[in-house]
Amino acid sequence: MNDLSILVGGKAGFGIDKAGSLIARLLNQLGYYIYVYRDYPSLIRGGHTYSLVRASGSKISCHKEGIDFLLALNQETVELHKGRLKENGNIVYDASAARSGGQGIGVAEILKEENASEIMRNSCVIGGFCKAAGIPWEILENVFKKNIEKDPDINLKVAKRGYGAVETRAVIPPLTSLKAPIITGNEAVGLGLMKGGLRNFVAYPMTPTSGVLHFLASMAQDTGIKVIHPESEIGVVLMALGFAYAGEKTAVSTSGGGFCLMTEGLSFAGMAELPVAIIMGQRPGPSTGLPTYTSQTELNFVLYAGQGEFPRLVAAPADAEEAYYWSAVSLQLAWKYQVPAIVLVDKTLAEGAFSFDMQAVPEILKELLPLRDKAFPYKRYLNSETGVSPLAFAPEKDTVVKVTSYEHDESGITTEDPVISSLMQAKRLRKGIHLAEELKLYETVKVYGDPKASRTLLCWGSNKGACCEVAQSLGLKVVQIAVMSPFPLNQVKKSLRGAKEVICVENNATGQLAGLMSRYGVSIKKMILRSDGRPFSVDELEARVRKELL
Amino acid sequence: MNDINLNTQAVNTWCPGCGNFAILSAIKMVLKSLVEEGLALEDIVIVSGIGCHAKIADYINVNSFYSLHGRVVPPAEAIKIARPGMKVIGFAGDGDAYGEGMEHLIFAAKRNIDITMIIHNNRVYGLTTGQYTPTSPLGYKGRSTPFGTREHPLNPLEVMLACGATFLARGTSHGLDLLKKIFKEAILHKGFSLIDVLQVCVTYYNMYEYYDKRVYELAGHDPFDRSLAEAKIREWDYDRDARIALGVFYKKEAPCFEDHFLKSPGSQKQVDEKISDFLAQAV
Repeated sequence: MNDLSILVGGKAGFGIDKAGSLIARLLNQLGYYIYVYRDYPSLIRGGHTYSLVRASGSKISCHKEGIDFLLALNQETVELHKGRLKENGNIVYDASAARSGGQGIGVAEILKEENASEIMRNSCVIGGFCKAAGIPWEILENVFKKNIEKDPDINLKVAKRGYGAVETRAVIPPLTSLKAPIITGNEAVGLGLMKGGLRNFVAYPMTPTSGVLHFLASMAQDTGIKVIHPESEIGVVLMALGFAYAGEKTAVSTSGGGFCLMTEGLSFAGMAELPVAIIMGQRPGPSTGLPTYTSQTELNFVLYAGQGEFPRLVAAPADAEEAYYWSAVSLQLAWKYQVPAIVLVDKTLAEGAFSFDMQAVPEILKELLPLRDKAFPYKRYLNSETGVSPLAFAPEKDTVVKVTSYEHDESGITTEDPVISSLMQAKRLRKGIHLAEELKLYETVKVYGDPKASRTLLCWGSNKGACCEVAQSLGLKVVQIAVMSPFPLNQVKKSLRGAKEVICVENNATGQLAGLMSRYGVSIKKMILRSDGRPFSVDELEARVRKELL
Repeated sequence: MNDINLNTQAVNTWCPGCGNFAILSAIKMVLKSLVEEGLALEDIVIVSGIGCHAKIADYINVNSFYSLHGRVVPPAEAIKIARPGMKVIGFAGDGDAYGEGMEHLIFAAKRNIDITMIIHNNRVYGLTTGQYTPTSPLGYKGRSTPFGTREHPLNPLEVMLACGATFLARGTSHGLDLLKKIFKEAILHKGFSLIDVLQVCVTYYNMYEYYDKRVYELAGHDPFDRSLAEAKIREWDYDRDARIALGVFYKKEAPCFEDHFLKSPGSQKQVDEKISDFLAQAV
């Protein structure tokens, strides 16, 4: 049993998210790699919510359908998920709220006797789960003490009663893997931005990336990073550009709806050559759509958003390590080339939790800024060979720094002159060519599975995890594209060389990556798409791939 | 210090007689006098929106951020937060500040962030050739409202007072000396300041005669008295006929938003240590 899943579910407001996080940490202590999928509706109280904690002897970043333990805090959870139990699966449930087979615990009486609040029902059930799964009490005690800030002692008392209420059945064997930190994708993004030299973070809350705002706000006091939550996403992006003008590395986060409001600022960043990193978390649209679910529907949007033509970096990380890495790199490259950089994530990655392995992150080099030499007068938009103009930031003596949203001359004064206009347009686009050249040094396209296999799964973003597991079981190759702009055409072609059958796997209804490939002359004939807001499980994807390969 | 040259190579394209010239002259004189009194020229940054007013960014040889329509305030705020030692002066039109950008203006006043907003309020869209704005009077006939508007104007100073602005004043483009005086006072005020300049668009809405007959300068007014300020601000509502007061209506001392941030950010080494700490705790 070195690959197992525990589903804990109940009503929103029951502390299900916390329960999932505690279970993840318990299994981490047993030496397992962790992935947590969170499924919850867009409301504060009531409605069904669950966390699926998968633990494995090897690194994972996706879930499976089958579960080994069902921890049910209400009847609905039993009814909705008992069908997923594997043959020897077990249910540990609150007998005061549900009827079920398995092991029931009279949680209500225990809470009453221990004078504990209702929110602690999850602790009681976790106690029962630990006993049922043969997890030593000491491990639970340590995990609770470290991770429960409010009333850890009462929580422990309640857990102990749960622990005493059931007997041990199927024991989860301890493994010897190194214990890794468990972090969410949003935290990985925040940490990566910090690594990349972030000085300011500006955001308006929006699922699924509010977690980045919350995380960095919690870091502000200790790091001096200024974290601001202004009036709107328009305010957000324009503030970020003001910070860029002052020479301070700044990032923002949002989702599709907020990014709509940011597009005028994005285009401004392109024209004024003000760097900004935008964390874009996808969720299903159109419009408000399914706010708390996942999708890969904004690839086209981020590639083409904003009026006019200007270069941009778009990175699409697939897991926590890549989220960390590309957040750091994108912030730095945005500054090196004075372009907007978008880190395209989705709800699955942003709000999922992962065992994080820093050793798996490539080295992040500190990029030096192209600062001005002492030539006077300073020209903010000097038409250089690479298109990148040397930077100066106010206040600097005898130096005037002018930036503008209008077409402009080298000194930043408005112009409508046709010759200067085309020179400046070419200057800006030249930066994109040099950025593309630099990106050849990066792993913009990654290959997994059997590199010699002719049958290939093509994917991007959070689908990498499921694709890799399916490829392993079916003997396929996986090609993952991590940078979407500038599009790494040569690397993509190289990775697909010899591939006879390519299936593109995406969480959208139209195959946006497949569409992008066709724009570059690579025709993708087979697609496996899912657009109901739920991520692929390994099992589901495997079944669909088998069907395609028949 | 006569060697301060605030001119640029840009050709001025405002209409002859445009009220913007008064604002340009006044601000240049104020900036010169501030520099003469010891302010470093590089410590000045101006931010403008889009519209006739905004060309001012091209016409003054100081640091500038020529922003988007309605978006003068957010970059001005960010620059102030990043560089609290700098004087940040925003220029915006009435459509820019009170229409498309009102949300930002409200929040900047609410935060009492130490920036100065100078509003070129000509009560008409000039660059888009004559449509009504948030401060055009009821019945204004413009190209988008040929039969007259059916909505009353905003009184921007009343809105700003309600939002927490700590310096509010009004001037006109026929009163250069007063503009100089209140611009300087506003820039030196610590907190959010806004000057509504009744700047006349000679091409689309020439109000010189109307204003000249009605304006008067506030005398013996105590700007620290909020209810007095409110009464004077409400005397003319940009709609009905009334006397139009000029000068500083309101002043208040209050904490500023930018003062709440840590003065010195941590070094990258400290940040890297924080990353390691966080990961160590997350096991």
